[in-house]
Amino acid sequence: MSDTNQGTPPPGEDLPQPSLRKSKGVSLIWLVPIVAALVGISLLVNHVMSAGPKITLTFLTAEGIEAGKTQVKYKNVVIGKVTTIRLSKDRTHISVAIDLDKEAKGFATKGTRYWVVRPRVGAGGVSGIDTLLSGAFIGADAGDSEEEQDTFTGLETPPAVTHGAPGRRFTLHATDLGSLDIGSPVYFRRIQVGRIVSYALDKDGKGVSLQLFVDGPNDRFVSKDARFWNASGVDVSLGADGLKLNTQSLATVIAGGVAFQDPPGPNDGTPADEMAEFNLFNDQQTALAPPDGKPTYVRLRFAHSLRGLSPDAPVEFLGVKVGRVVSVNLDYDPATKTFPVVVGALVYPKRLGQADQKLRDAVGGPEETKMARLLHTLVDHGLRAQARTGNLLTGQLYISIDFDAKAAKGPKIAFNESAKPLEVPTTAGDFDHLQEQVSSIVDKIEKIPFDSIGKNLDGSLHELQGTLKQVNSDLLPEAKKTLQGVNRTVGTANDALSEDSPLQTGIANTLEELQRTVRSVRAFTDYLGRHPEALLRGRGADAAPTISSPPSSKQGKEPQP
Amino acid sequence: MSTPPRAIDIGIMSCHVCTLVIERSDDPHARCPRCLNRVHVRKKNSIATSWALLLSAAMFYIPANIFPIMRTASLSSIDDNTILSGIAELWKAGSPGLAVIVFTASIVVPVLKFIIMGILLISVQRSSGFIARQRAKLYRFVELIGYWSMLDVFVVAILSALVHFKILSRVEPLPGVVYFGVVVVLTMLSAMSFDPRLIWDNRKSQ
Repeated sequence: MSDTNQGTPPPGEDLPQPSLRKSKGVSLIWLVPIVAALVGISLLVNHVMSAGPKITLTFLTAEGIEAGKTQVKYKNVVIGKVTTIRLSKDRTHISVAIDLDKEAKGFATKGTRYWVVRPRVGAGGVSGIDTLLSGAFIGADAGDSEEEQDTFTGLETPPAVTHGAPGRRFTLHATDLGSLDIGSPVYFRRIQVGRIVSYALDKDGKGVSLQLFVDGPNDRFVSKDARFWNASGVDVSLGADGLKLNTQSLATVIAGGVAFQDPPGPNDGTPADEMAEFNLFNDQQTALAPPDGKPTYVRLRFAHSLRGLSPDAPVEFLGVKVGRVVSVNLDYDPATKTFPVVVGALVYPKRLGQADQKLRDAVGGPEETKMARLLHTLVDHGLRAQARTGNLLTGQLYISIDFDAKAAKGPKIAFNESAKPLEVPTTAGDFDHLQEQVSSIVDKIEKIPFDSIGKNLDGSLHELQGTLKQVNSDLLPEAKKTLQGVNRTVGTANDALSEDSPLQTGIANTLEELQRTVRSVRAFTDYLGRHPEALLRGRGADAAPTISSPPSSKQGKEPQP
Repeated sequence: MSTPPRAIDIGIMSCHVCTLVIERSDDPHARCPRCLNRVHVRKKNSIATSWALLLSAAMFYIPANIFPIMRTASLSSIDDNTILSGIAELWKAGSPGLAVIVFTASIVVPVLKFIIMGILLISVQRSSGFIARQRAKLYRFVELIGYWSMLDVFVVAILSALVHFKILSRVEPLPGVVYFGVVVVLTMLSAMSFDPRLIWDNRKSQ
């Protein structure tokens, strides 16, 4: 079969067509792989070109972060993606590798901060609610620096202030942090204008420095003289005008906060500089009070007990609060074998206001010893310290510095001007005298023989009891009988007096009879009045019928007209 | 061993469409007298075209696998899946059957096509007469399974059209699926431009 076919001569065997076709050259179809290659190369180039910096963040925990999914966002714009999450070798933290976009090159520089945005619920508010559904993302905040950096330590809490936000930072000094925290609000006239950004212990450990950020444009209200106070909690004060309850806002009651205001009166209203330093006062009252200036430490030595005097008790001069007690200590005086109480107090002379300045001018002399000499003259004029009762209920004492007329007239007390600290002489307080009197009264009361009085009273009471028994057994039955008799009598009387009793009827009859008698007597007397001669002559014959009944009615009508 | 004669040897050829047997003509403009389809003894530039398309397909196969093909956005997360990660996810999610189907359609079939077409083309170029009949069968197999690779593309297309529940759930196609579609089309074109009759040519010259 194949033989026969091959044997037949193929038609057109001599045609040279095959060579013609091959000479056509490269086919256009090769454009397809070239295009494919171009596409591939362009993709590759695009990938290389669009690849941004690779950075590594370290966090304490990878909670909410997923490799290949978690995004890095700045102002909610995606600027990168987490590629891998690894545990550090010492297992104390995790490191997250991130591919940033090319446009986000500026985020791989020094000063950029990264943190994980996840739902947070705190006393100050709720944040990151949207991440409940979308999952956590990494927030970024670029810094100013141009210096490149590829390893960052992630923040565990979101920063309170984003970079470049309008506003100013200030520093506050406080003795303790109180209930403040990062993010605690800062209020100006009860409007939140900023928040606390950070806090740190002072280097010497004697205080706390807080940094706060006041948003623009309200930062201009922080003047050079502004006073800051801790607005945390509820401020309850009981004054002469009643109970006052003062808070900034409900949030500060729980979360704490800081408020500021210019002090009343003339002050420097120019806005404070960035990072200006202020003191944080404990409450609004002390914050807005005029500045206290430098305190002077004075020592007071009392000979009597000072129960009820505690540190922080006020020191008053003529009723003006000029300082406070800082210490109450016992001392022993071997000469008199007594235990005097030594009270240390801080006195702020500036609280005296104008008086302070005038006194200083009057004293003159070098500035350092002015206070001592000033005090000396005052003591010579009878200045004495006294522990007085501030509150009769609680027995709280306060120190009152006052002029004692008796002391001024009495012998002068030696005042040591060079003593450190200065010592102000003391007198026993009014209340101490009162106490003595009260105790003497108590002594007298004690002398009353309460025991024997009690015994006598007891005997008398016994006797009284016997008497009462006798009354019960003997007298009461008799009295009962008597009462029954009385009862009966009253019943009889009752019967006798009732309307249908014979006695009553009898009386009524008698009375009618009596009335008739009286009427006839009147008729008789009338008749006699008109006819006196009848006494002698006897009654007329025809007059008799008209007299008996009409005369009474006639007589009754006559006076009417 | 005797081999059956080729049509080219006995001076005839057939129309590809209506299979009418006509007299051989080397004129490139020859047409079938019955259906007016172009006829030629052998497809023009068959090997070169086939190679070119196959290579392009292979090139596109790389981005098709690297780039994600589908984004599944649900309430809580956004997932971008490449072909392989999608298969892995299906497997993990407890549908190994589906995973196997997708794996077969998207990975096994294209790769098989590359290999088979490569073998066919190389063997034809080297005029090898080795297992010629099996190679012819392989070619028919490639033509048969070729379009099944489109499964993945259809899945993405249908899902992104159907799953649109706003924030609750959303499926979006991503560039990878385009490359994959191109791969499938190119391999099919490559297989179509390959002329299986070449398998039987030049066997004697080996």
